[in-house]
Amino acid sequence: MAAVSQSAMTAEPSVEKPKMTARKLDLFYSDNQALYEVNLDIPEQQVTALIGPSGCGKSTFLRCLNRMNDTIDGVTIKGDVTLDGRDIYDKRIDVVQLRARIGMVFQKPNPFPKTIYDNVAYGPRIHGLVNSRDELDEIVMTSLERAGLLKEVKDRLQSPATGLSGGQQQRLCIARAVAVSPEVILMDEPCSALDPIATAKVEELIDELRSNYTIVIVTHSMQQAARVSQRTAFFHLGKLVEVGETDQIFTNPKDERTKGYITGRFG
Amino acid sequence: MSLSFLLLAVAALCALSFYFGRQRAVALSGGRHSNLHSLPVHYGAYTAAWCGLPALFLLLIWYMFQGSVIEALIVSDLPQEVIGDSGRLSLALNSISQIAAGGGEHLTVSPEIVDAGRRLANLQTIANAALVVVMLSVALAGLVLSYRRIEADMRARNNVERISRAIMIVCSAIAILSTIGIVFSLMFETLHFFSKINPLDFLFGLEWSPQTAIRADQVASEGAFGMIPLFVGTLLITLIAMCVAVPVGLFSAIYMGEYAAPKFRAVAKPALEILAGVPTVVYGFFAALTVAPFLRDNGAILGLDVSSESALAAGLVMGIMIIPFVSSLSDDVMSQVPKSLRDGSYALGATKSETIRQVIFPAALPGIVGAVLLAVSRAIGETMIVVMAAGLAANMTVNPLQAVTTVTVQIVTLLVGDQEFDSAKTLSAFALGLVLFLVTLGLNVFALKVVQKYREKYD
Repeated sequence: MAAVSQSAMTAEPSVEKPKMTARKLDLFYSDNQALYEVNLDIPEQQVTALIGPSGCGKSTFLRCLNRMNDTIDGVTIKGDVTLDGRDIYDKRIDVVQLRARIGMVFQKPNPFPKTIYDNVAYGPRIHGLVNSRDELDEIVMTSLERAGLLKEVKDRLQSPATGLSGGQQQRLCIARAVAVSPEVILMDEPCSALDPIATAKVEELIDELRSNYTIVIVTHSMQQAARVSQRTAFFHLGKLVEVGETDQIFTNPKDERTKGYITGRFG
Repeated sequence: MSLSFLLLAVAALCALSFYFGRQRAVALSGGRHSNLHSLPVHYGAYTAAWCGLPALFLLLIWYMFQGSVIEALIVSDLPQEVIGDSGRLSLALNSISQIAAGGGEHLTVSPEIVDAGRRLANLQTIANAALVVVMLSVALAGLVLSYRRIEADMRARNNVERISRAIMIVCSAIAILSTIGIVFSLMFETLHFFSKINPLDFLFGLEWSPQTAIRADQVASEGAFGMIPLFVGTLLITLIAMCVAVPVGLFSAIYMGEYAAPKFRAVAKPALEILAGVPTVVYGFFAALTVAPFLRDNGAILGLDVSSESALAAGLVMGIMIIPFVSSLSDDVMSQVPKSLRDGSYALGATKSETIRQVIFPAALPGIVGAVLLAVSRAIGETMIVVMAAGLAANMTVNPLQAVTTVTVQIVTLLVGDQEFDSAKTLSAFALGLVLFLVTLGLNVFALKVVQKYREKYD
């Protein structure tokens, strides 16, 4: 089995201009190993989809990329993760700044119990990105615009964000992430709590964001991976089984397990 | 047969009827429980309930009326001139019950009274015997009737459900009715007080000196019953207490909940909650014997005139007492803030303190306000510390270095005095109690409303 995945890795070597890379990444929750020697490159300004059955480690891997696993007790990580060639687990790296460069959108929309405006302004405010109220207004407006939400909320920026619908909340969370001008946006099943129409909107948005950001998306829906991503990585039991161009993964998977999963035989 | 034996007998009957009911159900099922509508235990519980509950209900009713019925019987046989005079009547009834209890040899009373005493003793014996007989027969009747009603398709399970619901309703009714009872007992005495003192003088008067003459020929002040100084004192001490309790409690809650390592938290949190277990009287002498002299001596060094019983000492110690309230309640609400909000903030590159300050704290704020209000109502009602450390002088002052007095302190001193019970002085305690009760009730209701509103937001 190891030989097969090895061949899969060599069949699709590292990409030309990786924004982020992971090398020999092992992760342990206390004594349980959740990731085994994951090697993966994230190409710049593309959408990389991580797919695989529940519990395969794809979300765990995603959270390694902005060090969100630091907030969980008992997690140990071995191996290297780099952003623009620099190790993000280096002691000299400021994790707070790192997370400003790598934004994240979660499975369940999690707007803060503040106004719509304050939600988007949260990041710019704490990082001191603006000097005046006008600049802040500007950032909030462009972020909402980018998240495709401005039209719907521009008349009620001062009303509570928790009053928005689920799909709007999720786009607000995307706007909130965009407002910090990150280079990479991580999305952990961003549509799993949304209805099909809201899902379509978010997918459209992901496609637009690609021109400015590098995006990594974890998804349970293979159609979604096929629709929005350029590269797809298949995880199984904590291992990266196969990675390649999305078309190739879905039409001509090299690994038997990938084939089994995408044709719905397991998972 | 004494009451405890009677209750034991009924309990034994209940156990028996449970056994019989269950047996009968098992017998009817023919070995397969699925032939029954309910489980055998439900049939057992059903018979047991019908055996025990009516009997207990009867007992309750019996004791409510036994005394007055017997008294009426005795009184009707007394001579007319005794019945007519309420003073003589109650005296006579007193002697009668003494004689009935087997005493009263030293009493010099008329033969009618002695007779009545004997008859009272007689009646009581009869009543007790009758109670035993009636209660046991009711229990037995309940047993037999419910036993005979058991059939395979009887809905014992639903019946038991209804019975247990009724029991719970009774329990909550007891809790609610006792609150109402307390309010009424306060209210009647308060009305009595207001018939002597003008309510407006009481509510808005600026002077409090309840010393009135004990005897009519005594020379004493008229007494002034203005409650404002007492409430000013109460509020002053409460304010000082909250100034201590809110920051210390809140910050320790934040540290314990967000920063402390699990190991440290496991030790430190119970240690903090020990504070809540210290009896208030211990806080009281801590305040009176340690804190107050300390403040007075240090005040003297600074050139301040601190009286040896000061609002500051009482307030500080009360604040310490309330810390665990504030900290454990606000810890609870803050830990209820969903993890997804923290993650969202961390993912935007916020530090821990930024996350706490800007996301967790605002989200938990309504709950924290609720916690603080509950602590305030606790502080207002607190008695022991202020009795020992705040003093008795009803000074109308907001200077924390002087002695003040509080509503609760005055209630205690008014009621332990040797004044007759229906004097304005004693009755004013009830009026104060009622006002205090209304204030803390209002605070509690408001606090619960706030907390409730917060709960809805995240459910």
